[in-house]
Amino acid sequence: MPQFVELKNLEGERSEFRRRVAFAAVFVLALFVVLLARFVFLQVMKHEYYYTQAEANRISLVPIVPNRGLILDRHGTVLAHNFTAYTLEINPTVVRDLEATIDALSQLIEIAPKDRRRFKRLLDESRKLGAIPIRTRLSEDEIARFAANRYRFPGVEINARLFRRYPNGTLASHVVGYIGRINQRDMEMLEADGRLSNYRGSEHIGKTGLEQMYERELHGTTGLEQVEVDSGGRAVRTLSRTAPVSGNNLQLHLDLRLQQAAEEAFGGRRGALVAIDPETGGVLAFVSKPGFDPNLFIDGIDPPTWNELNNHPDRPMVNRALTGQYPPGSTYKPFMALAALELGRRTPQYSINDIGYFTLPGNSHQYRDWKVGGHGSVDLHKSIVISCDTYYYQLAFDLGIDTISNFMRQFGFGARTGLDMVGEAVGINPSQEWKQRRFRQKWYVGDTISIGIGQGYNVTTLLQLANATATIANRGVVYRPHLVNHIQDATSLAQRAVLAEPVRRLDFRREHWDVVHRAMVDVNMPGGTGHRAFADAKYQVGGKTGTSQVIAIKQGQRYDASKIDERHRDHALYVAYAPADNPKIALAVLVENAGGGGAQAAPLARAVIDFFLMGRPVTPIDAPSAAGGAGSGSGSIGAERD
Amino acid sequence: MIDRLWRRATAHIDGLLLVAVLLLLLVGMVTLYSASNQSLDRMEIKLFNIGVAFVVMWVVANTPLTQVVRLALPAYLVALVLLVAVALVGDVRNGARRWLDLGVISLQPSELMKIALPLALAWYFDRHESTLRLSNFVIAAGLFVLPVLLILRQPDLGTALLIATSGCYVLFLAGLPWKIILGLGATALAALPLAWSVMHDYQRTRVLILLDPTQDPLGAGYHTIQSTIAVGSGGWFGKGWLGGTQTHLDFLPERTTDFIFAVYSEEFGLLGNVLLLVLFLLVVARGLVITLNAPTVFTRLVAGSVTMTFATYAFVNMGMVSGILPVVGVPLPLISYGGTALVSAFFGFGLLMSIATHRQLIKS
Repeated sequence: MPQFVELKNLEGERSEFRRRVAFAAVFVLALFVVLLARFVFLQVMKHEYYYTQAEANRISLVPIVPNRGLILDRHGTVLAHNFTAYTLEINPTVVRDLEATIDALSQLIEIAPKDRRRFKRLLDESRKLGAIPIRTRLSEDEIARFAANRYRFPGVEINARLFRRYPNGTLASHVVGYIGRINQRDMEMLEADGRLSNYRGSEHIGKTGLEQMYERELHGTTGLEQVEVDSGGRAVRTLSRTAPVSGNNLQLHLDLRLQQAAEEAFGGRRGALVAIDPETGGVLAFVSKPGFDPNLFIDGIDPPTWNELNNHPDRPMVNRALTGQYPPGSTYKPFMALAALELGRRTPQYSINDIGYFTLPGNSHQYRDWKVGGHGSVDLHKSIVISCDTYYYQLAFDLGIDTISNFMRQFGFGARTGLDMVGEAVGINPSQEWKQRRFRQKWYVGDTISIGIGQGYNVTTLLQLANATATIANRGVVYRPHLVNHIQDATSLAQRAVLAEPVRRLDFRREHWDVVHRAMVDVNMPGGTGHRAFADAKYQVGGKTGTSQVIAIKQGQRYDASKIDERHRDHALYVAYAPADNPKIALAVLVENAGGGGAQAAPLARAVIDFFLMGRPVTPIDAPSAAGGAGSGSGSIGAERD
Repeated sequence: MIDRLWRRATAHIDGLLLVAVLLLLLVGMVTLYSASNQSLDRMEIKLFNIGVAFVVMWVVANTPLTQVVRLALPAYLVALVLLVAVALVGDVRNGARRWLDLGVISLQPSELMKIALPLALAWYFDRHESTLRLSNFVIAAGLFVLPVLLILRQPDLGTALLIATSGCYVLFLAGLPWKIILGLGATALAALPLAWSVMHDYQRTRVLILLDPTQDPLGAGYHTIQSTIAVGSGGWFGKGWLGGTQTHLDFLPERTTDFIFAVYSEEFGLLGNVLLLVLFLLVVARGLVITLNAPTVFTRLVAGSVTMTFATYAFVNMGMVSGILPVVGVPLPLISYGGTALVSAFFGFGLLMSIATHRQLIKS
């Protein structure tokens, strides 16, 4: 009996299978009937409509690339604009032997090895089938010579294209950034944002700096031209045209002349400078030295040039002002002083006796002052003017790390300022919790001491430091700094302001600001660490010198610049605001591996402020002498790092 | 002697299937010549591909299915491992991580999975032939959900859907109860609004453009608009070979590959389309007959799945070109230019022929 059941089951399964195959057959038939119905609909019922469409499809839709918006400084000086030029382009889908064609073309038109390399790279990363430029900016002569030989080169054409130009070269290059050819990654980004169709016909996109940050404003809206073509596909006449909408112009807060003064003041030295208008948070100058020529990138940079830029020991492609993170050194002291006053841990009258070093209770380790033997009796005012380290070791110890960290957060340390640039570094405003998270280690009291003089785990960007200095200058208003002031419609010239609302206000007591301001002004008076740079200045300026350590100095040893590899020497720092009674500019400047801030960085600040307040032409400043001037007038140099 | 050799060589070739396939290839060559602007290069390459494909088909057709059964699971596992490898270290091309660079050749493991998955599923059901329970269907579903998810992540929605479909065919033919099929179908329908609510804005835009391509005439809608015009303007008899303006004025994108049907349709019209549908149906019908007569569960399921997948590809491609389905990258079997798809189609024909001709041997 079981056998019988088994058999019957099998038979049942068989017939079920046959039913299912039949069902599948019906299913396929149904699908094909749907197709047939669709074909009948398109090819019989709507045939006339589509036939006309196809005829009208002699009408080809041609995208018209909009003019990219201009970038202008606050006085309208052009930082980036466009011009039309002729390019020689090869369509690789039509041309069979590219090498031979290029060789033949080079008989007519000069094609440098650089052009070939660039062409090859563009070919490799090309996003679509279409013409790829082999030479740009052809001369009239070259156009004529090619035109006469055109018949020999099917698939090679000359096209008029819009080019971007950065007329100031390396000047402000880190601010403006550059555009480059659209690559696969850009395409994916555009597609994900649903912006891809607006880039039909566009060759370029902002890659860094403002060109990248404000791509949406600058690009504009692509237009459409309906062109009638003959059976060979050549354009006969234009039928209709939706004009492209030019991209918006950017008007910066930045003053290009001031920027130039600052960059020239640097000479050949490496470093960064950020100057901010303390009344609005607008960025007046934004320097990262060395810079680069953004014009190199527009047509696609050739690999050797790129490698040279990228691997250069001076790192010209690094935006130091935005991404460089440095210990703030003694420029941190005014902020520490404010913390002491505001939190009620020091009065202005309170003095310590500085014997040249600080020791933790029950420990013989010496945290040394930069001055051997110490400064004697030091109150808060003097601690800033002469940059006493011992005062701040003691203060940091008394406050404790978390109190310091919480206070400093208000000035924006350890957080992005929110500048309108991509890639801002965060800096570190250390705390117990931070160390636990970062190193899975407990915070030691010893870690706190050097924080007091802006060393240890502490790092900031120049942008953060400048913005915090602006907050001191304007007595407690924290702005989101911004490079762009207005976004301007290219046709109507209507302007839209970039809002400069304060992020927060620090409600400190007036007397406390006064105390710190007085001390910062006296930094630049006789006896102060910044005095030499600001001798006989026609205005009052508040400032603070600083030295940012690159390597630790062992206990019992002294810093000696001549014995240290140049790239391990200290960075010179200076923060300032002026005029002291009604500040119009606040800045932070750092010169890499230059030595003491008073000797090396303060003169740069002087040059920039002089130019800003008095329009005085800048006399170039000598390159640093090998001695580095580490001795007099420098900030802290004796602090020990763990 | 020659006579015997010929008989040896053709012993495992199914004549009817071969004729239909050859006719389709002929249509493909004629269309390619026009679509490629009379490029003899392309024709040469396609002929070469056809040659390779025939060798593959012949070898597979002469391999008894008892051999193929043994390869089913290993092939599936290899394809699965390769898919995982792609997810980890694959090359990104055109924005998706689909390719595996093996130094000498680059491989698209999802192509391998297209063949391996139905084989593995058929093998699984064959093993549990006498004791088939619902739990077997659940395990089988797991076998195909895993690779489908991996391919979805690449992301390659089109291929993932097609592989899922081929898996579904096997489940269906293996006897998945109707109640469950209807239940799953209803669930899928009900889940649509949910899917819509969790989609990103740009994804919704894409879906809307699929429904109404005129919303984005320069972007995603461009392909559909132009190919629909090409098909519709063909009319009853077409514009004649080499006479399509859509094609030759460069309006049609991808006109030798995924959109070659638009070229054919514009130049040969409704009449040509009907001929093409008939040829495809001929292949499908022969395949289903082979399926019906297949001797074992494994062969039945393989034959059925190969045939139905072939039909699906043809439907999806023609549907997308004529604007009733979204644009997914599916070539038209045997007609589109492209070696991989051609070889895998012929691999399938080889399986069908082997199943059709090794029947007696297995039974005896």
